[in-house]
Amino acid sequence: MRTAVITFPASNCNRDAAVALEKVTGEPPVMVWHRESELPQGIDFVVLPGGFSYGDYLRCGAMASRSPIVKDLVEKANKGLAVAGFCNGFQVLTEAGLLPGALMRNKGLKFVCRPENLKITNSDSRYTTKYGSTTDVTFPVAHHDGNYYADDETLNKLEKRGQVVFRYADNPNGSARDIAGICNEAGNVFGMMPHPERAVDAMHGGTDGINLFKSIIESI
Amino acid sequence: MDISTKITAEIVKEHGLSEEEYEIILDRLGREPNINELGIFSVMWSEHCSYKSSRRHLGKFLTKGKRVIQGPGENAGVIDIDDGDAIIFKMESHNHPSYIEPYQGAATGVGGIMRDVFTMGARPIALMNALRFGEPSHWKTKQLVNGVVAGIGGYGNCVGVPTVGGETNFHKGYNGNILVNAMCVGLADADNVFYSAAKGVGNPIFYVGSKTGRDGIHGATMASAEFDDDSEEKRPTVQVGDPFTEKLLIEACLELMATDAIIAIQDMGAAGLTSSSIEMADKGGVGIAINLDKVPQREENMTPYEMMLSESQERMLMVIKPGKEQLAYDIFEKWELDVALIGKTTDTGRLVLRHERKKVCDIPIAPLADDAPNLDRPYTIPVSRPVIDAADVHETQDYNDALTRIISSPDIASKRWIWEQYDRHVMADTVDSSQSGGDAAIVRIHGKNKAVAITTDCTPRYVQADPYMGGKQCVAETWRNLSCVGADPIAITDCLNFGNPERPEIMGQFVGAIDGMNEACRAFDYPVVSGNVSLYNETNGVAIPPTPAVGGVGLIPDLDYIATLKGAKEGDTLILIGETEGWLGSSIYLREILRREEGAPPPVDLEVEKRNGDYVRKLIRNKRVNAVHDCSDGGLAITACEMAFAGNIGLHLSAPSDCPLHGWLFGEDQARYLVAVEENSVNPVLSTATAKGVAAQIVGKVGGERITADGAFDVSLEALREKHEAFLPELMS
Repeated sequence: MRTAVITFPASNCNRDAAVALEKVTGEPPVMVWHRESELPQGIDFVVLPGGFSYGDYLRCGAMASRSPIVKDLVEKANKGLAVAGFCNGFQVLTEAGLLPGALMRNKGLKFVCRPENLKITNSDSRYTTKYGSTTDVTFPVAHHDGNYYADDETLNKLEKRGQVVFRYADNPNGSARDIAGICNEAGNVFGMMPHPERAVDAMHGGTDGINLFKSIIESI
Repeated sequence: MDISTKITAEIVKEHGLSEEEYEIILDRLGREPNINELGIFSVMWSEHCSYKSSRRHLGKFLTKGKRVIQGPGENAGVIDIDDGDAIIFKMESHNHPSYIEPYQGAATGVGGIMRDVFTMGARPIALMNALRFGEPSHWKTKQLVNGVVAGIGGYGNCVGVPTVGGETNFHKGYNGNILVNAMCVGLADADNVFYSAAKGVGNPIFYVGSKTGRDGIHGATMASAEFDDDSEEKRPTVQVGDPFTEKLLIEACLELMATDAIIAIQDMGAAGLTSSSIEMADKGGVGIAINLDKVPQREENMTPYEMMLSESQERMLMVIKPGKEQLAYDIFEKWELDVALIGKTTDTGRLVLRHERKKVCDIPIAPLADDAPNLDRPYTIPVSRPVIDAADVHETQDYNDALTRIISSPDIASKRWIWEQYDRHVMADTVDSSQSGGDAAIVRIHGKNKAVAITTDCTPRYVQADPYMGGKQCVAETWRNLSCVGADPIAITDCLNFGNPERPEIMGQFVGAIDGMNEACRAFDYPVVSGNVSLYNETNGVAIPPTPAVGGVGLIPDLDYIATLKGAKEGDTLILIGETEGWLGSSIYLREILRREEGAPPPVDLEVEKRNGDYVRKLIRNKRVNAVHDCSDGGLAITACEMAFAGNIGLHLSAPSDCPLHGWLFGEDQARYLVAVEENSVNPVLSTATAKGVAAQIVGKVGGERITADGAFDVSLEALREKHEAFLPELMS
C-alpha cells in the first residue's frame, strides 16, 4: 500500500494527513510537491490536504485545480485511482471537476472551527464500510468556505445514486441539504469539508476518522 | 522627501526627535544629517525601537535560569525542554494599528510575532492572543472586535498555525485605545538556533520575502505617540498582511536553516530595513553597505527614505556564508519568493546606503544603538487603594441573579464566538485549547509524548488598584495556570501596555508593576526571556488601565500525567486548595453587581503560591485528581461553574464556616485551586495537604444537572450555560 499527499505551497494540513495515513497504513505517505507533473509510480491512494493551496485569494482551490500535479491526478482518478480531498482538498476536487458542485463562503460569513457531529448517510461507500452500523461520528471542521452548493437536479442525482456520504447533524455553514461529504459516481473520489485526518488520535480530535481511512485502504 | 530636503527645526520635530536628541545626532555625525539619516535616527530612537523610557527598568528582571538558552535581546526567548528540543517564544503588541485598522492591524501583529519566532529557527506551533476592548456599549467596540478577531483568524488560519488560547477583557478604559497582544510559540532543535549578529566582513546580505512598498512608513513612530481625534488619518501607516507569503517564508527559511548557509538572520519588523540592518550590524560589530537599487520594490520611484522606513510585511534580511549564495537562491526560488543580494558586511562600522549611484546615507552604527536615549523618567508609584472588608460589602439578596449576571458579564462570559473563528487543531498536536475553557493550552511536541503548556494572563483591574501587587498577580496567575494542567512552569514573555510615560503617575504604574512581576519571577525561578513594551496607549490624555500581559510557558514531560478542568465525574468530591478569606476588593462581584471599582486587590503571597502550586502538580502526577481549575476571576462560584460547564455535569457547593457567604462564593483570594477527586482519594489528598502545610478543605460534590450552593443559588446547568454563551453572540449580532 503506497499513499501520497499532494503539497501545495500553502497546504497546511499536509502534516495532519501524513500523520493519519501513517497511523493507518504503518508507512509514511509520499509527499508530492505541487510542481511535479506526475504522481510517483505505484501510488494507491492520494490525499489532497486542507490549507490555502496558493493563498486562495482567488476562489478557493481554483488555482490549485490547474496545477500540473492536479492535471495528472484528474487523469488517474478518471481511471479509478482512489483520491480524497479534505477541506481545501474538497474545494480543489470540485474546481477540478472530479466532484460536482462548489463550496461557497459560509452562511454566517465567518471562519468556523469546532467539532461537528455528522451522520453517515451511505455506509456502503468505499470510504465508510468499516463503520459498520455506526451512523454518528464527530470530526472537526475548520473552514471559511464550506457552504456546499449544487443545483437541485445535481443534488437529486447525488442522493439517488448514494453519493452523499456524510451529512451535518447541525449544519455549520449553510450547505445544501446538510451535505458534508460526497463521492463521485464511481465511488473512488471523495471529498468533505470536515477533517477526518484530525480525528485519528484520542488526545487530539478523537478517533472517529480512523475507520474512514481503513475503509478506503482496505477497499484497494 | 528626497535628499535635497532642507532639515529644519520643524522637520526634526515632526520626526519625534527632541532638541537634545538632535544635538547628539549633530555631535556624532559632525555635520547636519540628510533627510534619510534623520529618518533613520528618528525610528531607531523612537520609544518603540529604543525602549528609551523603559530600558533601565527592564534591566531589573530575572532573565536567567537553568533552562534559559537565550533571554531578552534577540528576536525571541529560547528555553530548553530536554531531548535536544528548544521552545522559542515571544509576545508582542499591535495596539495602535489595530485600533486604526482592526483587520490588518491584528493580522500583521500575528504575522510579526511569528516571524520573530521562525527567524530564530523554530517552526511556529501555537499562537495565543490577549485582547482588550472598550466597553461593549461603546459605538466602536463591535466593529473592533469583528475586525481584530477576523484579522487574527485570517492570518493564523491561513499560515496553518493553531491559535490555541488567550484572553479577552472589556472595559471603558480601552474605549479609545484597544490592546491586541499576540504570542507565538515555536519548536526548534536546541543546537540549531539562529541569531541576529552579522559576523565577518564582505559577507553577502540577502533580502527575501515580499517586495517593499510604501506601507507602514513611520509605523514605529506612530506607536510611540498618543492618539487624538485625528488618529484616523494615520490609517496609511498601518501595514497590510499577506499570510500566503508568510507561509512560504516560513517554509523557505526553515529549509535554508536545515543547511549550513546562514550566518545571521533578522526579520524586518518595526522600522523595517533600517532596524533590521542596524541591529544585525550592531550586534556583530560590523558595518553594512546596501545598494538600495537592488531592493525588490512594489511601487515605482521609491525614495531611499521610503525604502528604509517602509514596514511592508513578510520580509527578512540575512547574512549568508560566502559560497552558499546559490543554495539560498535555489531555495527561495523554489518557494517563489523575491530574493536579492542587496549588500555586504563591511569593516567600517558604518551604515552606508547607495541609491542611483549616489551615496545617500553614511552614518556610524554604534551611536544609533549605544547612544539611544536611556531616560530616567520621574515616577510616583501610586499607593494601593484602601482595603475593603467583605463585611462592609453589600451582600446580594438574590444569589441566583448575582450568579447569572456575573456568569454572563463581558469578562466572564464564554468567548466561543471568538475562538470558533480560529483554527485550533491544525498541525495535529493540540491536546487542549480554548475549546475546553481551561487554564492553559496544551500542545504536544510532534511525535513525542511530551507537551508545552501555554497561557496568557493579566488582571488589569488589580494592576490599576495597586501596580505592584497587580504585577505580582499577573505572573503568579500564569504560573498557577500552568500548574493546573500539570506543567512545570519554565519562563515568561511579557507585553507591557501602559499610557504616556512622560507622566510620573503612569511611569509609576510601569515601575511598580515591573517590581511586582520581577519579585514573582524570582520567587518561582521563572525568568522573563522575551517581551515588548507598548507605551503611549492614550487618547486625548486618557490612559488605558495598566496592562502588563504575561505569557507563560511550561513543560509537560509526560502526557500521561495531565489535568484539565473537564474531567469532573458524578460523585467526585470538590476540594479547594488554598485559603479563603473572602477578598472582595477589586473583585468582579464588586464591579458587576455593585458597580464599584474600588478596593485593594487580593494580596499575593508568593511562598503560599509556590507551596500550593507544587502540591497541585504533585496531585496531578500521582493521578489523584479528575479535574483541576484555577480559582481566579469571580471566585469559587465562577470557578465551579466553569468546571461544571466543561465536564457537562452539575455540582453543589457547601456553605463556609467562617467567612461571609458572598466573600466565600465570589471572593478572589489568590493561590487557590478547585480540584475534583474520587471518593477514595479524598483522605489521601487532605492528609498530604496537611503534611505539606497546604490549606485544603472539602467544599462540595459533583453530580446532577444543577449548580447549587448552600444558602445561596440553585440554578440549572443548562440555563446558566445559555446565559454564559449568550453575551458575545448578542453583542455581535
